[in-house]
Amino acid sequence: MSSNIDATAYNEDVIKKFALAAVFWGVIGFLAGDYIAWELAFPALNLDLEWTTFGRLRPVHTSAVIFAFGGNVLFATSLYIVQRTCRAALFGGSALGNFIFFNYNLFIVLAALSYVLGYSQGQEYAEPEWALDLYLTVIWVAYMIAFIGTIIKRTEPHIYVANWFFMAFMLTVAMLHIGNNIAVPVSFTTLKSYNVFSGVQNAMVQWWYGHNAVGFFLTAGFLGIMYYFVPKRAGRPVYSYRLSIIHFWSLIFLYIWAGPHHLHYTALPDWAQTLGMTFSVMLWMPSWGGMINGLMTLSGAWDKLRTDPVMRFLVTSVAFYGMSTFEGPMMAIKAVNSLSHYTDWTIGHVHSGALGWVAFVSFGALYYLIPKLWGRQEVYSLRLVGVHFWIATIGILLYITSMWISGIMQGLMWRAYDQLGFLQYSFIETVAAMHPYYVLRATGGVFFVAGSLVMVYNIYRTIKGDVATDESYAAVSKSAV
Amino acid sequence: MFQHKILETNVFLLAVGILLMVIVGGLVEIVPLFAIESTIEKVEGIRPYTPLELAGRNIYIREGCYLCHSQMIRPFKDEVERYGHFSLAAESQYDHPFQWGSKRTGPDLARVGGKYTDDWHVRHLINPRDVVAESVMPGYPHLKRPLKYGDIADHLKTLRIVGVPYTDEEIASAKADLEEQVSASSPEGTKVAAHYPKLHMGAADGNPAVVSEVDALVAYLQVLGTMVDFSTVDPASIRR
Repeated sequence: MSSNIDATAYNEDVIKKFALAAVFWGVIGFLAGDYIAWELAFPALNLDLEWTTFGRLRPVHTSAVIFAFGGNVLFATSLYIVQRTCRAALFGGSALGNFIFFNYNLFIVLAALSYVLGYSQGQEYAEPEWALDLYLTVIWVAYMIAFIGTIIKRTEPHIYVANWFFMAFMLTVAMLHIGNNIAVPVSFTTLKSYNVFSGVQNAMVQWWYGHNAVGFFLTAGFLGIMYYFVPKRAGRPVYSYRLSIIHFWSLIFLYIWAGPHHLHYTALPDWAQTLGMTFSVMLWMPSWGGMINGLMTLSGAWDKLRTDPVMRFLVTSVAFYGMSTFEGPMMAIKAVNSLSHYTDWTIGHVHSGALGWVAFVSFGALYYLIPKLWGRQEVYSLRLVGVHFWIATIGILLYITSMWISGIMQGLMWRAYDQLGFLQYSFIETVAAMHPYYVLRATGGVFFVAGSLVMVYNIYRTIKGDVATDESYAAVSKSAV
Repeated sequence: MFQHKILETNVFLLAVGILLMVIVGGLVEIVPLFAIESTIEKVEGIRPYTPLELAGRNIYIREGCYLCHSQMIRPFKDEVERYGHFSLAAESQYDHPFQWGSKRTGPDLARVGGKYTDDWHVRHLINPRDVVAESVMPGYPHLKRPLKYGDIADHLKTLRIVGVPYTDEEIASAKADLEEQVSASSPEGTKVAAHYPKLHMGAADGNPAVVSEVDALVAYLQVLGTMVDFSTVDPASIRR
């Protein structure tokens, strides 16, 4: 894309901050996740202290990876992409950009502190209490103003497809955040509040929120990233414009209905469960529409998979996206869900999406973005990008295969009967059987964390301005600019 | 013929289009749950939590117990045999928020009430491996500390705003009710029992003089799943 406005007019200082914050929170979030994974294998690691138990640290992990790492990646990429594709500087300039940056990251710190100190709404991925929810709402509105304001003042007639996805992401997340956090505080001097909904309605609203945090935060937003960075890095246009229209509208329409698959066979009425299952299965199609559009963009450039490790991250992420969006609809079928629900299979499924898709596409984007932002030709070392890729891939495979085995095994043990017609296993026997897989999973996590530390080093050297003399990738360095 | 170009070149129309698309599913799935009467079964016995049970429930939430324990028994033969009667929507109608959970790293707790003694629960919470050698649950020795309950009446008042039917009298005597549930060993003749039927009384940690966090948490655990007497429920009325 040739640009007729001076690149220095883009507001990139704040993008740099978001990118660095994303790297920082990525490492923190992966470390927190791996620590609690070891806690499940060796409970002494809970340390008998109230602040370090699994129950309090798990929201720290999920918030750090989803909202801190994922959120900062989304801010960095969306605000970078919207300026470039609209050929307009950031609306609100660096003042608004910095407001979003400092307050969002302060929100993350306060939320994490509040969980550790025992403040939680008690709803997954919506743990922050009312005051923090209000704070986040203000920040989110500022973000939407900056993003949509930039689109309004664009000098390109068309709004690029990546920006549709970012808009769907931010508008829907705003709706979900408000809908799921309507609560009455006990007093204005305490953080404790009570949600206006209870029981079955609360459950439905929570999973309408919870599943679409996946659908819009971790999917639509990251598809926006895919639609910019995959074509850019491959040097090819998006495979099908028509497909991007069809899968965009069908994806955002269908996703919202899928929440009840988290509540199969519960006290949620059957009609709602059936709707949730049906739409979850249908969701497979637009999801694969996105995968096909991402992968086929490489038509004629497949050799880059071999020669360019950044491309390898991006393409593998799309492949993981395809895999987990097949696994998801399958697990949403009630008969399958009766086995998988409440087990580690769900945890494995989430991580094939979160590590394989979200984190990998983020790593690819960051390896592309950071040299660009700091005016470097290429990352310090493409060889180290390759090292990161393989360490992280081994980590993911250890993680998801161990969770498949432990999840399916535990599901089968819970429902096993002996020849006399009694339940064959006590619950604690099924817990004990998990131990080796918990060790294996946590080991996979160590690989993943190690890979992210390789990235930190590589990015540090890139920003410093160093260039590794790296024969094997010399050709890519020249062609990828 | 409709041209997608119209949406691609007008950010306002694009935003409206997106909002229309994403609002439908939620409306169809959520709104009827408030309108269709059969959503919550008509059964006897469900009452709001006592002040002590409520304080215990808030500790359950604070510690993130819901991240490893479900409170939702599914209608499968093995689950009903392992945990008891499948859960009804009615049983969590006063739960703000619901605690159905999504993962069973530990067992379901929907009907854990009455299955173990108070003493077992206290030991198990302080150090789970004292009573279940292979448990991976964290120890919670800090629960032995005194409970802070000065504002318990405000909690009941807030819950009444969101729909839990606490009476003025129950709110006024919330603090006294909380203390009495720990200090008295039997419900006979107590005011708290007059407000809340089917009570589990007493100091779980053996010290009736001080209300501890573990007293509250155990009172909550001991009431879970015990409010409905299923011998009096017509199975046809709750069939799913």
